[in-house]
Amino acid sequence: MIATIADWLGAGSLVAGALLSLAAGVGVLRFPDALSRMHAATKPQVLGVLLLLLGIALRLRTPTDLGMILLVAVFQLSTAPVAAQMIGRAAYRSGRLDRGLLDADELAERGPGSGSAGPA
Amino acid sequence: MTGPTEPAPDRPAVVGRGRLGRWRDQAVALGWLVVVWSLLWGDITWANLVGGLLVGGAVLVFFPLPAVSFGGRLRPRALLVFAGRFAVELVSASLHIARIAVQPGYRPRGAIIAVRLRVPTDLILALTAEAVSLVPGTLILEVDRDAGTLYLHVLDTHGPADLDVARDRTLVVEQRIVRAVGSTAEVRRVETTSPQKGTRP
Repeated sequence: MIATIADWLGAGSLVAGALLSLAAGVGVLRFPDALSRMHAATKPQVLGVLLLLLGIALRLRTPTDLGMILLVAVFQLSTAPVAAQMIGRAAYRSGRLDRGLLDADELAERGPGSGSAGPA
Repeated sequence: MTGPTEPAPDRPAVVGRGRLGRWRDQAVALGWLVVVWSLLWGDITWANLVGGLLVGGAVLVFFPLPAVSFGGRLRPRALLVFAGRFAVELVSASLHIARIAVQPGYRPRGAIIAVRLRVPTDLILALTAEAVSLVPGTLILEVDRDAGTLYLHVLDTHGPADLDVARDRTLVVEQRIVRAVGSTAEVRRVETTSPQKGTRP
């Protein structure tokens, strides 16, 4: 009984995760500039992967796999923002952004050369 | 990043506690690496434990990281609050982005804002940057570590009001993180400073 419920919940999670990942892909294709695209590549994509992992965990249910899945989730959560930041920063510095789509740019107001970000 | 702006209520003890704290940080890092190693192999055996200790030790020796000062303590209840809100906001932000991604003929506008954090320690800065990238419609572009300022790209803005909303949300995320892992002095600073003050550099 509980196994059936877990199976169905897992199936639902897999479908939801797949749909979110699809939406993330559509966003990466359709959004106008690099910065907007990185939004699509972080939020829906991370939640999509987490839902897929949840679905897999609910179907597999063995401790060994659960540990591995947990590890994947932790690293996904901690690396996706870093990658997005590196790409966004590179896009900003090389001027690959559409200024017509920006309402404000307080990074430009900082002025040139006022302190590098260091290793952060 | 212990500049002259840092208040020094515990400066006398820092010499004695510094070395001890560094050993404790290294031990925590080693423990975490051993856990990761065991999880990667899939089961916890003595061989994995020894192998994990060897690999973890080698990683710590050959790839030393700058010391992150963890001055606070973990508060489980605040940590749960943060995790719960994080999950809720991750879902809502993802659905929002997914919706505007598939909406036909919609070109979202964006903005780049600066948010000065109230607790600009390395740990809080890094955690806030990570959490903010994942949750409320914002993405980290640049970190000014010396000024404790995050530069964020906000997607789907409709005017100046949205910028203030994003700024306040970022500060709320910071507040939750500080409540969860910050020291008592940092919590006090976050609680006493109003979100409207000191947000613009």
